[in-house]
Amino acid sequence: MSDTNFDVIIIGSGPGGYVTAIRSSQLGFKTAIIEKDSLGGVCLNWGCIPTKALLRSAEVYSNMKHAEDYGLSASPEFNLKSIVQRSRNIANQLSAGIKHLMKKNNVTVINGFASLQPAKEAPEVRVGEKIYKAKHVILATGARARTIPQAGLEPDGKYIWSAKEAMIPDTMPNKLLVIGSGAIGMEFASFYNAFGSKVTVVEMEDRILPAEDEEISALAKKAFSKRGIKIITNSKATLKVVENGVKAVLENISESNTKTYDRVILAIGIVGNTENIGLENLGVKIDRTHIVVNEYSQTCVDGLYAIGDVTTPPWLAHKASHEGIICIEKIAGRNPEPLNPISIPGCTYCHPQIASVGHTEKQAIKAGYRVKVGKFPFVGNGKAIALGEPEGLIKTIFNEETGELLGAHMIGTEVTELIQGYTIAQKLETTEHELMETVFPHPTLSEMMHEAVLNAYNRTIHF
Amino acid sequence: MPIEILMPALSPTMEEGTLSKWLVKEGDQVNSGDLLAEIETDKATMEIEAVEEGTIVKLLFPEGSTNVKVNRPIAILLEDGEDISSLNNYKDSTNQAPNSKSVEKTMEATINEIDTQKEKASGKLEKIKSSPLARRLAKNLNVDLSQISGSGPNGRVIKIDIEAYIKDLESNIIPSQTNQQVFSDNSASKEIGALRYGGAEHLTKLGIEPGSYDLVPLNNIQKVISKRLLDSSQNVPSFPLTIDCEIDELLRLRKELNQQAGEFVKISVNDMLIRASALSLKHCPEANASYTPDGIAIHKHADVAVAVSIESGLITPIIRQADNKGLSQISTEMKDLASRARERKLKPTEYQGGTFSISNLGMMGIKEFGSIINEPHGMILSVGEGNQRPIVREGALDLATIMTVTLTCDHRVIDGALGAKWLQHFKRYIEKPITMML
Repeated sequence: MSDTNFDVIIIGSGPGGYVTAIRSSQLGFKTAIIEKDSLGGVCLNWGCIPTKALLRSAEVYSNMKHAEDYGLSASPEFNLKSIVQRSRNIANQLSAGIKHLMKKNNVTVINGFASLQPAKEAPEVRVGEKIYKAKHVILATGARARTIPQAGLEPDGKYIWSAKEAMIPDTMPNKLLVIGSGAIGMEFASFYNAFGSKVTVVEMEDRILPAEDEEISALAKKAFSKRGIKIITNSKATLKVVENGVKAVLENISESNTKTYDRVILAIGIVGNTENIGLENLGVKIDRTHIVVNEYSQTCVDGLYAIGDVTTPPWLAHKASHEGIICIEKIAGRNPEPLNPISIPGCTYCHPQIASVGHTEKQAIKAGYRVKVGKFPFVGNGKAIALGEPEGLIKTIFNEETGELLGAHMIGTEVTELIQGYTIAQKLETTEHELMETVFPHPTLSEMMHEAVLNAYNRTIHF
Repeated sequence: MPIEILMPALSPTMEEGTLSKWLVKEGDQVNSGDLLAEIETDKATMEIEAVEEGTIVKLLFPEGSTNVKVNRPIAILLEDGEDISSLNNYKDSTNQAPNSKSVEKTMEATINEIDTQKEKASGKLEKIKSSPLARRLAKNLNVDLSQISGSGPNGRVIKIDIEAYIKDLESNIIPSQTNQQVFSDNSASKEIGALRYGGAEHLTKLGIEPGSYDLVPLNNIQKVISKRLLDSSQNVPSFPLTIDCEIDELLRLRKELNQQAGEFVKISVNDMLIRASALSLKHCPEANASYTPDGIAIHKHADVAVAVSIESGLITPIIRQADNKGLSQISTEMKDLASRARERKLKPTEYQGGTFSISNLGMMGIKEFGSIINEPHGMILSVGEGNQRPIVREGALDLATIMTVTLTCDHRVIDGALGAKWLQHFKRYIEKPITMML
């Protein structure tokens, strides 16, 4: 006889769900997690992790091609099948790791697709024929790639890819169109460009990576263009599958161009997974496919919570995990601090990498701050030069009146590993003073973080 | 009684000066604030003002006298109604007892100007868990961090707490303005309720009719004193220890010292109390201490603060390292500090800090009293009047001059046994004053 009564049931085992399950169990709740597919969700199986594996192959390949710059020689070749296999192996390894974590933390794993039905204390959870009950049900069902079938923007199984197909390519396309220049689009553009595809990126907004600081966007555009990626902004795309490829109509205000591509990758955003789980019957509020919640992830239905991509932006794995922790701690009667969306860092693992936290310069000014802006280029940093990566910039934005670090923006090699320094600084509410007083090790890329602060106060040393 | 006008110290390093010009002549009537003379130092020429009113009866130095030592009398003033014949006893009286005007009238507390209050406040901030940004905001907005409860980890005050506090303050202004209006309409409730800001309403709530009193606005000194004393009485778990000291020998020794010492050295009982306290602190270094949340600070020197009454408040100038200073030096410094304190010319460094305080109300006939600790000091000594009292000595009734002192201790730092040990040392120095000459 299997147990069907729990304190907490979590639906979805992505970085939101499985982290919440572990914390839930730590807090003494009898916890179950329901997953329709592989443990770890999109992030681990079809998102963050496998793409990082692919991009690592691209980076090594790219370095090999530049071996002579380092006094080495190499005749690089690649095997696409092996590259993809490596990426899959890593995803599988980590998924197995989650299974182990669930077992270690006494979290019951239930395989299947869950749906909810109204009940007294909290909704009941149905998986197949079985009904499970819990005092608290947490939805962590995530999101999936957005499609626009009217414009032909939907995967066709061969020529038009969503992120999922794009990370298990059967062939290295000669001509590739990437629609959407957010993090996902730019990472694939970067990957395929590294292995020789002729990549075109089309973006509706007036710049690529539109969520990033404008100056960083501009530098990214310059860097990608230099690598041969063609960037078309202010343009919409409609697709039509033709023989051996896709015909794309790219139009902006004044003109329209039709071109044919071997493959197209759709990276035009996400939609929340809110269908077929019975939310309509419960009266859960949904706003444009995302569930409406309060600062502790409570929905308007008693005993029902939602975290991660299925709720409000930013749609990032680390936001989902943190939100889940806040949610379960609140359930446990603790007093967690609600998440401040502006304090969530974002990273893009293209080459060069991009990372940021807090306000962009424009956002800060729009929010009414008088700002002090500091900048430091990679070319002024010894370690960056020694690495052969002199391309990039670190930018800081301070509130002139209070010294509060409003935002930090970076482009360049390994910046995704640097941004946490500023994130900690923001969380601890340091001012420029403490950052200036901090000793950064030499020679490291992190010295640029120091210099970018000093620069905001006209005290740069090395540039 | 004749009043001595002393050579002022116009800078902390000034030891002597030139009396370049008299602006009054003998027989002139002067009022407080009138210019008396021009004094020249190596740095500048400055005018000195009369503090008391009366008649100048004697100018002790001619114009152009150089190397006049600081604190040396330069002129004699007689108060109205005093006969010039009292000058005949002039020398005697100065040797017998300290001029009543120059004895420190005392109570306890420290005065800071409003700027230095900020300095103190920022020193205190370090004890309050707070983010650097919160501290910066508090400073910018002139908010006292200790007033704010922190919502961060372990009660850390963070940005949103300051913002919420300011918002709260702003929203409170509106109701209190409305109340003010209600009050002027004479329809204010007489019911005793929660006290609010605003003096008039405060008293009305307590049942005192508006119009039955005059409201004198608080000056900065009073604001600082009230805050510091309130903090101390709320935060410091203090207790008093009282002991009687026989001071006949001390008075005898003082008289002898003043007779034998140079013309212008005039040691007061207070000077001897300062020295005895400093030496006792040296004997009990663990009592020369301050409480901090991080540990007990054991001070390396005995910096003795002495409460001096001034117009509209009081101030505690400090004899630094009094344990290393002889009686004549203590006396000279104290005279200078006290006179400049009354002129409100002390520098913050001269009255901020210290490790121990003395408050003396003996000259006002107070037998014994207890004081509020002047943080961060660990103890304060309250000195009562020395007068003749009957005592029992070896089974027989006897007479002795007894001075009762009360030591108030911060129990977090000094416990009963330690306080008592300190008092034993102090009593020994007072009763065998020759030992403090060593």
